[in-house]
Amino acid sequence: MNSNQHTGKPDAFTLGPLEEGPACCDPQPVVQVRNLSLLYDGKIALDKVTLDIYKGCITALIGPSGCGKTSFLSAINRLTDLIPGCRVTGEIRVNNRDIHHPDTHVQRLRRQVGMVFQKPTPFPLSIRRNLSLPLNEHGISNKTEVAAITGQVLRDVGLWDEVHDRLDASALSLSGGQQQRLCIARALALKPQILLMDEPCSALDPLASGVVEDLIRRLRGRYTIVIVTHNLAQARRIANYAAFFWVSGRAGQLIEFGRCQHIFESPSHELTAAYINGVRG
Amino acid sequence: MREMKNIHTAQVLRERAVQFLIYVAVLLISAVFIWILADLARGGIAHLSWEFLTESPRDAGRAGGIASILVSTLLILLVALLTAVPVAWTSAILLVEFVPADSPFGKTVRFSLHVLAGVPSIVFGLFGNAFFCIYLGLGFSILSGGLTLACMLLPILTSTAEAGLRAVPHAYRMSASALGMTHTAALVHLILPAAAPVLAAGLLLGIGRALAETAALLFTSGYVERMPDSLLDSGRALALHIFDLSMNVPGGDMPAYASALVLAGLLLCINITAMKFAHGLQRRKIMT
Repeated sequence: MNSNQHTGKPDAFTLGPLEEGPACCDPQPVVQVRNLSLLYDGKIALDKVTLDIYKGCITALIGPSGCGKTSFLSAINRLTDLIPGCRVTGEIRVNNRDIHHPDTHVQRLRRQVGMVFQKPTPFPLSIRRNLSLPLNEHGISNKTEVAAITGQVLRDVGLWDEVHDRLDASALSLSGGQQQRLCIARALALKPQILLMDEPCSALDPLASGVVEDLIRRLRGRYTIVIVTHNLAQARRIANYAAFFWVSGRAGQLIEFGRCQHIFESPSHELTAAYINGVRG
Repeated sequence: MREMKNIHTAQVLRERAVQFLIYVAVLLISAVFIWILADLARGGIAHLSWEFLTESPRDAGRAGGIASILVSTLLILLVALLTAVPVAWTSAILLVEFVPADSPFGKTVRFSLHVLAGVPSIVFGLFGNAFFCIYLGLGFSILSGGLTLACMLLPILTSTAEAGLRAVPHAYRMSASALGMTHTAALVHLILPAAAPVLAAGLLLGIGRALAETAALLFTSGYVERMPDSLLDSGRALALHIFDLSMNVPGGDMPAYASALVLAGLLLCINITAMKFAHGLQRRKIMT
């Protein structure tokens, strides 16, 4: 039952009904990764990855732990800059602009490329302040505008009905699933084009995980999403493209990349086949 | 079966013994605290009056009150905190936020702080006398005393602040960066407020240490008991007054007790206020 039918309010979700990503038959690369290698203290962690991420699609990164999926993800918004001893070589272009170019404004890049972490990371502030703080930092401080964005993104993630009467309560009082949806809302508030998600469901219970998964599915087509997941069934349910990483020696490698259906139903590499059939990994 | 039972009994006994020891330790600590307070109250409460707090000492402190002493003490404390806190906290921020933990620079600074923390206060007193009083020509003054105390407080304030900042979850920094916030913004809006209770606790420790300091002030702020006219006047700190009354002034025991009671009361009040303040700050941050 939709509660809005009783209250007569407009539809709670501004994202509209589920839409198939528009670009998946006509892929337009929005992130182009060329020969990306990642080193921690001189030891190679990710070896020469070349990959295109397509506009409006969900790309799932799958593979065993330690194969560099999360490192790959954090290289795209240059969060790797914050890791001591981490060095990145190769090229990443977002919207055809080299993100390692000296002219790149890293704060602007991260606004364009949002990120959601494995563990929900709400700030120890009120729900409202969690959303308004990053907006203020990006120069959006008009109260009406901030309130409008707050309402919109909370509706987008389906949190409005649950929290609209306690926006000033601490974000830490929310449940794990609600916290994660708040973090997604916080990322969406900055109107990013690309959303990086690092196992956003793995710290949640199955019900909350389902809610977040539905949410991610609804975001498809509006945002370009790159999601790391250990849940193969989830990757299969939500992703248009899948990239399979494997670790050989110490270094992670991209083994295979393609349409999700192709990876899961007729993988061209035997490692992929073994992994998705649960034989290895 | 019997063996199992024996093991179980032994475990229970051991648990009880450990619990007992812990309770004894806690009781001991509380007992020492209560004993000291009770002793001070017993000896000093009869001598304590409004006049004692508002009059200046007469007859080497045997008569009159401690008004000028209180003013000097607070001025010395103020000078010390105003100098030490900004330096200590900015150093802590530099060590935690901008310098890798295992860099040579960070290690050197941390090592110097450890050494500084272990230096006896009388050495600080001699240094303060040589540097502030003589070399800088500040003489025996509240300013010299406050600056010497500031040097003493640096290690304690810096290390507590550093511990507090390090205890802030790294996830806040990562999320803030991922949202395109600058390092400074994360520091101002998230990291410092989250560390505020620890910063306040460190401040308390510092104030406690400064209020109780005697040796370092003997050679720097002097022991003139007059009401100070300026920061360049000599002024006697409360702890020094207690020391002088009980050691050098026959018949000074009663006012010494009363002064000690005032000192203990002052420390207690500062503790409670700072705790409340830190708590309030955290709440306010959550509410806005």
